[in-house]
Parts: sequence; structure tokens; C-alpha cells
Amino acid sequence: MSTLVYINSNNGLAKNTLEAITYAKKLGEEVIAITTGSADDSVLATLGQYGANKVLIDRTVNTDDSQQITNVVAAAAESMGSNSVVFSHDFIGKSVGPRLSVRLKAGLVPGATDIPRNGKIRVNVFSGKAMGFVSIKSARKVISLLPNSLQPEGGGENCPVEEFNGNAGIAGVKVLDSKVPEGEIPLPEAELVVSAGRGLKGPENWGMVEELAKELGAATACSRPVADIGWRPHHEHVGQTGVAIRPNLYIAAGISGAIQHLAGVNGSKVIVVVNTDPEAPFFKAADYGVVGDAFEVIPRLTEAVKKFKANG
Amino acid sequence: MKLLVCISKSPDTTSKITFKEDNTKFDENGVQFIVNPYDEWYALVRALELKEANNGSVTIITVGTAVDDAVIRKALAIGADEAVRINSEPHDAYFTAMQIADYAKTNDFDIVLTGKETINYNGSQVGGMIAEALGTPFVSLASKLDVNGSTATLETEIVGGVEVVEVNTPFVVSCAKGMAEQRIPNMRGIMAARTKPLNVIEPSAIEALTSFESYELPPSKSACKMINPENMEELVDLLHNEAKVI
Repeated sequence: MSTLVYINSNNGLAKNTLEAITYAKKLGEEVIAITTGSADDSVLATLGQYGANKVLIDRTVNTDDSQQITNVVAAAAESMGSNSVVFSHDFIGKSVGPRLSVRLKAGLVPGATDIPRNGKIRVNVFSGKAMGFVSIKSARKVISLLPNSLQPEGGGENCPVEEFNGNAGIAGVKVLDSKVPEGEIPLPEAELVVSAGRGLKGPENWGMVEELAKELGAATACSRPVADIGWRPHHEHVGQTGVAIRPNLYIAAGISGAIQHLAGVNGSKVIVVVNTDPEAPFFKAADYGVVGDAFEVIPRLTEAVKKFKANG
Repeated sequence: MKLLVCISKSPDTTSKITFKEDNTKFDENGVQFIVNPYDEWYALVRALELKEANNGSVTIITVGTAVDDAVIRKALAIGADEAVRINSEPHDAYFTAMQIADYAKTNDFDIVLTGKETINYNGSQVGGMIAEALGTPFVSLASKLDVNGSTATLETEIVGGVEVVEVNTPFVVSCAKGMAEQRIPNMRGIMAARTKPLNVIEPSAIEALTSFESYELPPSKSACKMINPENMEELVDLLHNEAKVI
């Protein structure tokens, strides 16, 4: 028996891929990683340090097409006799996981936040307002792991890397162009996030938010009204209908904390709220609160972070 | 152009979430149900825009019981031509997707649209499952969709950015923010919705693969520690030494 883990290795090995390997290892069976694309063997071999016993790579696939990747992962699951397949719950896990579930007739648990306990797997439901415990009735299982649900555990040895041909077929979805802003930290992966809302009064005032984020090495985010009126791009909107995030630290300035916003951020480990209104509902969900004007507090916080970093 | 929009009901976004029967069931008492916002604002409205520009038809489909007819009428009021309800509780995502796929197989749709997830189960499963069952391409998390003849151009969310992709019909797409703007149904739409066809069909024999055994509410937060706005050094110190996040 083995557990198969699909790894996105297109831009190096992101933290969420290492989390998926660590998770698979905790399931207790042999761990086989499968990836597509053109990553170097020397990079892939390091997956062994996190618990992979072997890495397979199908170099005939150079897109993220869900049909091609499903074909490859299904072929690997077949040839390796894997009863469980693990993904990270990222854009590939969300498109390939459901397909694979149908292909293998394997129950899918999307967005797992823990390993199975008593045969049940914990997930967030109601946009983070509650947790559910799901059991899988089929012999085969597909699990996609919510990013930042556990820490990667390294320390092992490199593992062998083998070529694999999963007869991927043709990509039904053709990529024409890809726009990834350089140097920005993708929000769903960020461990630290600085966010701001309408309290900032206008898009021209975001400089201080970006400065604090830069000083912390954090991603920037915003509330829904701010994205809706076009002050900030849609992909920065966190909340029930935007992105749900679970960073280690979420700093919110000038956001009152409507229930829809909280739904997107209440998985954060630590929440800091800055608001002029001491009655802002967000303080009830916060670990640390600052009642004050963001225009004064944020630059002051940036200076304090600078000083902290300078003193090591 | 024939478009099929999958809709689900979900609790109103301001609903307080509680459970009953020893935390094994969602307590629907006093909960207002709406069309899942991703299904309505993005999938349905974009489908209507495409129909208005290219002619054709928009059918909405849901798996649910007779109590869901009110939610279906809400969606019809926004502008779909007809609705199909597969008469069963939606046992899990696989069950739901296979029911919809069985209907879609016999009705040749150009595009099947879903929301990117429901706001109650947040699974992002049904669209990809339908695509696999139909053997069509799947574009997930699309924020833009334009169609020219049998070719569609879409923008989709990828890690840290967007990708522009092209795909031929038929295909399945899950719709995210940016796809369209919410439409408020007008009185004419609400009146018309009452007489639009709502076809109830019986489910196919399909076994669910998963089940929710129980639920829990997250532990409540301890009281918020208030920091003097003049003293951000203290906050940094607490984040480093107490919370250990920086």
C-alpha cells in the first residue's frame, strides 16, 4: 500500500507542496510523489527529506491542464497500487482532485485541516464559521490539504527520482498568457498578511500599508468594499466571497470586521486589529487591538518593526 | 448557445451557524436561504450576459427537494429560461455532480457553469466532477469568460496571479469574483419567474462517497489585549515574544 502525492514543481517546491508530503507521511504508508513538468531531479530528490520514498515525474506534460494531470495521477495510482491520493488544496488540487475522485470512484475530502482521526477528517465549513468531520465510504480516498494546516517536517534523506509516462493525452485547455506580478507574495500562501479597508479613505493611502508589509515580509490584502470600488485588485479581497486565508499573523487596519470578512480570516493564528472605533466588531475576534488612527498607528508600527529587525 | 448553470442553496451570508442533534446536523431553524452567491453573482449572471450577446438559452439546475423551489424561483427571477430540479437531498458532492452530469449528458450543453464553491461546504468539487463525468475540459476559478463561436477565452486564478486560457466547447467552468456583477431581479422578472418551467426529475441511482459525521464551532477567542496606540514597540514585542509570529 502506498500514498500518492501530486506535487506542483513548476516554480520550485513551494511550502504547500512540502506540507502535502509531510501530511502523506503521517498517513503511515509508503509515500510516492508524482509531478509533471521539467523540474531538476536534484530539486525533486529533496522531497525525500520530508518523507517521500520516491518521486515520479512525467516530463511530457507542461501545462496545468486538469485532464492531462488527472490521466497521469490516475495512471500512477494504478501502477503504484495507491489507495490514497493527496493534493495541496491549491488551484491544481481544486481542479484535479474532483476529476480524480470521479475517475477512481474515490471519496474526496477537499481542504482537510488535519490527518484522519477515528476515520474522520476535519475541514472548514460555512466559510470558516464552523468545522466539519468527514468520513470517506469508498476504499480509495482523495484528500486535498488546506495550505498552512501543518508545518513541513524535514530532516530525512534525499530520495530517488524516476521518469514516468502516464499517457497524459492532449491538453483541452490551452494557456495563452500568464500574468504573475513579480516580487509579490501570493496571498493564500503568505504567513504574514497586512490588510486594510475603507478606513484608509482612498487608494492613494495604501503606501503605508505596503511599507509595513514590505518591512514584515508580508502580503497585502483588503476588505470587499475596497476591492469593489476598485481601490485594490480583486485578488486581494479576503472574506467570505473573496479569498479565505489562514496566515500566522493578520493585521487589519480600518476594517470594521463584518461577519463576511471574519469568515475569510478567522483561521489566522493571531489577529491584530487597528481601528478608530473601540466598538468595531473586529476587536471581538482579535488577539491584539489598537484603538487609534491607522494613519498614525501604521507608520509607527512600521518604525517599531524596523527597530526590532535592526536589533536582531 | 446552450448554457447550464448549476446552483445550490446556501444560508444567507449573515446567518449565525448552529448545529442540532448532537452536532450532527446544521440547524436550519430561522435561517434564510439564498442562491449560493458564487453561483448567482458570477455563474448565472455571466451566463445571462452571454445569452443576451449570442442568443441561446440558460437552464438552471439544482439537486434538492421541494423546499428548494423558492430558491430556484429567485434564480429564475434574475433571468434564466427554465429550471430543472433533481428531486433528492444532495447527499454529497459526488452524488450531486453525477446527478447533474447524467442530465447534462442527454442535453448537449455548450458550457456548464458553476460557482467556484458554495459558502456552506466550500468544497470546490462539483464542477470538476461534472467535467470528468462528461469527459470535457474544466477551467476552474475563472474570473473572465468570453465566447467566440465554439472557442472561449478565460482568465483564471493561479498561485499569485492570473492565466489567460483558451478552450473549445463543450466545457465546464467554475466562476469566481470578477466574472460579472450582481443583478437585482426587477418586478417583471419576479412575476415572470412564477410561470417559467420548473421541471422536476427523479434522481439516478448513485451512491454518495463521503458523509459529514459531525460539526464543531471553533473555540471562542480569549479577550483581545488592548495596546496603547503610542506604543507600537510593545505590540512588536508581544508579537515576537508572546504570540511568536514574527
